[in-house]
Amino acid sequence: MILRLIERTGVLLVSLAVSSVLVFAFMAVLPGDPARVALGVNASEQAVAELRQQFGLDRPLTTQYVDWLGGLLHGDLGTSYVSKAEIGPQVFDRLQVTLLLVLAGMVIALLIAVPAGTLMAARHRKVSGLALSAVSQIGVAVPAFLAGILLIMLFAVKLGWLPANGWTPPAQDPAMFLQQLILPALALGLVQGAVLTRYVRSAVLDVLREDYLRTARAKGLRPFQALWRHGLRNAAVPVVTVLGLQLATLLIGAVVVERVFVIPGLGSLLLDGVSNRDLLLVQDVVMVLVIAVLLVNFLVDLLYVALDPRLRVGSR
Amino acid sequence: MRRLNPSLVAGGVIVGIIVLMALVSFIWTPYDATFVDPSIRLAKPSWEHWFGTDKFGRDVLSQIMVGSRTTLFVGVVAVGVAAVIGVPLGILAAMVRRWPSEFIMRANDLVLAFPALLLAIMFGAVFGASTLTAMIAIGIASVPSFARVIRSGALQVMRTEYVLAARAAGRQPWPIAVRHVLPNVTSLITVQASVSFAIAVLAEAALSFLGFGTPPPTPSWGRMLQESQEFLFSAPRLAIFPGVAIAIAVLGFNLLGDGLRDRFDPKLEDRR
Repeated sequence: MILRLIERTGVLLVSLAVSSVLVFAFMAVLPGDPARVALGVNASEQAVAELRQQFGLDRPLTTQYVDWLGGLLHGDLGTSYVSKAEIGPQVFDRLQVTLLLVLAGMVIALLIAVPAGTLMAARHRKVSGLALSAVSQIGVAVPAFLAGILLIMLFAVKLGWLPANGWTPPAQDPAMFLQQLILPALALGLVQGAVLTRYVRSAVLDVLREDYLRTARAKGLRPFQALWRHGLRNAAVPVVTVLGLQLATLLIGAVVVERVFVIPGLGSLLLDGVSNRDLLLVQDVVMVLVIAVLLVNFLVDLLYVALDPRLRVGSR
Repeated sequence: MRRLNPSLVAGGVIVGIIVLMALVSFIWTPYDATFVDPSIRLAKPSWEHWFGTDKFGRDVLSQIMVGSRTTLFVGVVAVGVAAVIGVPLGILAAMVRRWPSEFIMRANDLVLAFPALLLAIMFGAVFGASTLTAMIAIGIASVPSFARVIRSGALQVMRTEYVLAARAAGRQPWPIAVRHVLPNVTSLITVQASVSFAIAVLAEAALSFLGFGTPPPTPSWGRMLQESQEFLFSAPRLAIFPGVAIAIAVLGFNLLGDGLRDRFDPKLEDRR
């Protein structure tokens, strides 16, 4: 277990280092220089030179990289070439919004997937099971932003029950926050729930074939009792892995959903950065998202081992 | 006789219809998909315009038809990029020694940290948004899944007796890869291509929706959805038509992928 932890931590650190080089290098190969991009084509040579000097863009790339990485490690993401504002506080503020949205989406996905997937597995040869399978197949095919638009049409336009968009911080007005959170979280959660349902179903189907479940039935437990007491915990192992991978997908999916619901999250910040040609901001947000994805994968890997003792011995 | 596989049939029919629609759009559409006619803007569905018109008076059905070309084009190129890089990598990872193989798979994992959407936004920021950047970004992001699936398939092939025999007979790795491994992983490639196609359709729609995909005036389902957003109250149909088109296309490729998988591996059939 400890060996595994060390190995995975090593892999995480190397991945972080390599991806930071990739992100930096990618933004550095940019045709034209960032100062010129930030100021626009009509800016004078002198203004561009001043900006380059002000932000240290005239230094060698390696120095700039080391500087950027050092800042990242201290939570200092630098100053925007365009707005001249500190990037760090913006990114962390927006990250909180996105994380709240993603977590709410995840909870909804789980609330849908666990019961629906279990039911589908338990009735996989019956009409009700097949019908649920068909519904989940359709759910998988609907992108989150489309789900968002459909939800707005139904609950905001037609029924008028919930606001169509907007965002209020929970501390400012908890009731409004919840109202505005429901639709975007549903848009993310319904689609991820459909994907997850298929994994839950497959995991529960595997468990249903196990000897220990037959033994439990032979002891006189009803099918659902047996599944509840012995099956679900075993089915959790593969589901947790998928859940982790989905968390990464949700994080990126949130970028589009934020646009639909006009939510000031990390995704909106990234898209604003692109349209304002604020390259350092884009570089920082991309890096933060990549770090989040790598961290989630790392945690899932550990959780996977913790849940399934068989994996503690031997490697993959 | 073998039982007809419903997923394969349904997926095949849906994909067939989309391909047909794209092909027909080259020679015929009800109207010119980019023709602007302000006098009939936001017209409701009628005999003249089956799906109505958009805010510029363009015919929605014609746009959906031409948009299917964009969707298929992006999918084909993205899946092509992913397969051309991912398949050789997967086979290579299965055939080389442990450390090089480990290195390939680790690099592969690293690419997973850059989802298609993020890559495409980065490409868009640096090179400007276009269909090309979207296709390449989606393609690169799909490489890891190809490499992973093909590697596991190729590992199984490498353990078969005919490969052992070929090696014992002194055949070089390269001919073994081409003559024995590749033909035996084609079913995996087909399944993965179908699944990746569905993901590419979703990614393209999302990117066009965000303005990082196909630029106007070329019709694209994702951008039609984005343009429909300001009319959710007055003309919700403008969102419904492209939305349904996207969902049906993804459903079709997913079903096709599932169906193909069952066909190539009948043991799995009642699992899905």
